[in-house]
Amino acid sequence: MFPAAFDYRSPSTLDEALGVLAERGDDAKVMAGGQSLIPLLKLRFSQPQLILDIGRLPGLAEIKREDGHIRIGALVRHVDVERSAELAKHLPLMVEAVHWIADPLVRNRGTVVGSVCHADPSGDWGSIMLALNAELVAQSKSGERVIPIDGFFQGPFTTGLRPDEVATAIRIPLPTGPSGGSYHKLERKVGDFATVAVSVQLELDGRKVKKAGIGLTSVGATNLKAKQAEAGLAGRELTDDVIAEAARRAASFAEPKDDIRGTAAYKKDIVRVFVQRGLKAALARAQEVKA
Amino acid sequence: MKVTMRVNGAEKSGDVEPRVLLVDFLRSNLLLTGTHIGCDTTSCGACTVLLDGEPVKSCTLLAVQVDGREIKTVEGIAQGANLAPIQIGFHEEHGLQCGFCTPGMMLVGEALLQRNPNPTDDEIRWAISGNICRCTGYMNIVKAVQHAAKLQAQAANAPEAKQPAMAGGGE
Repeated sequence: MFPAAFDYRSPSTLDEALGVLAERGDDAKVMAGGQSLIPLLKLRFSQPQLILDIGRLPGLAEIKREDGHIRIGALVRHVDVERSAELAKHLPLMVEAVHWIADPLVRNRGTVVGSVCHADPSGDWGSIMLALNAELVAQSKSGERVIPIDGFFQGPFTTGLRPDEVATAIRIPLPTGPSGGSYHKLERKVGDFATVAVSVQLELDGRKVKKAGIGLTSVGATNLKAKQAEAGLAGRELTDDVIAEAARRAASFAEPKDDIRGTAAYKKDIVRVFVQRGLKAALARAQEVKA
Repeated sequence: MKVTMRVNGAEKSGDVEPRVLLVDFLRSNLLLTGTHIGCDTTSCGACTVLLDGEPVKSCTLLAVQVDGREIKTVEGIAQGANLAPIQIGFHEEHGLQCGFCTPGMMLVGEALLQRNPNPTDDEIRWAISGNICRCTGYMNIVKAVQHAAKLQAQAANAPEAKQPAMAGGGE
């Protein structure tokens, strides 16, 4: 299968890339690893006039700590997350979750930021970033803009990025207390999209929850942040009742559809079960780890 | 657009439209038909090649994306006239039946052994989880990679010997 014809630009500086977007952003699609975009081009679900390949831009392939955040550049691949000691130490949720994404060959090419910007409601990173309260760093000719992940997803494959902007990094706040996370994903086979997946991140203050993040995959028009469930956890001790109530809230907030992977009712119940399991796992890990 | 890449150690170039996939460039322009097209939708791994030593799906890469980079295909595995350990492993352990997935399986196996010379069965299974076999099944493929790991370890421990175990396929 061939994609429809397109112009191709592969600039070697960010400035040049931003120039291209300023001029032709409306017709262009930015490509990093291409592991979601190229299949769509081949099936001709997407037919942009111009592909702007950012794969040769310098300085975007790093995972680094900066002022209370971990910054993940736009060319950091899934496999780089898999091998990152920094992330294993501070944000083990990401390292656990990455093994559930696509397959090892796709992980050698696909990028974290590309996946977030692709905004597939069945994508894994989106819900993980919602649980982690990440923020996108977007650049354009008019400067840099930081976009909170909450609100970034506007619909299936639609984000808050402007046509003249490119996301150059995602920033994740470092936990300031004992923390733990978990990712539960139900998939039929390796490489499949999630039937349902749930990401959970907890930060503790003594026995009580300081911050809770819950992101949901494949149960709505976008990845969802289960805010009502999160709010019910803040300041509380995680008793079985508190956990069960959060799980019920998340399940009722989810809006899955019937499809070949299962019925809506089944998926809602999986959300409930996964939130419950996820909170327990995250709590156990947070109690092991002293930040 | 002009593209130039090193393929199996030799510099190759061609003039391609940006939409040409790497797998088609390899098969149609360079006539390296050992890289197969299976599902054509990033699922099966029949089109696996090594890009700078890492396995990737060449049906999901544009040829222009790998301009200036290093590609290894199944045609580049053998060591001169001798089979490589991974090839001997597939031969000895009956790691293939129809052979369609084999180029991808061998390249994934070779890349795994580069990073991890002594993998567990579980690690091999994870490594090949993006490659689908529809006839032999995975048992013998796992054994084949283990066989290759043993051959490589033997060769590493006996640098003086002239690769006795790697000289040929059958006995």
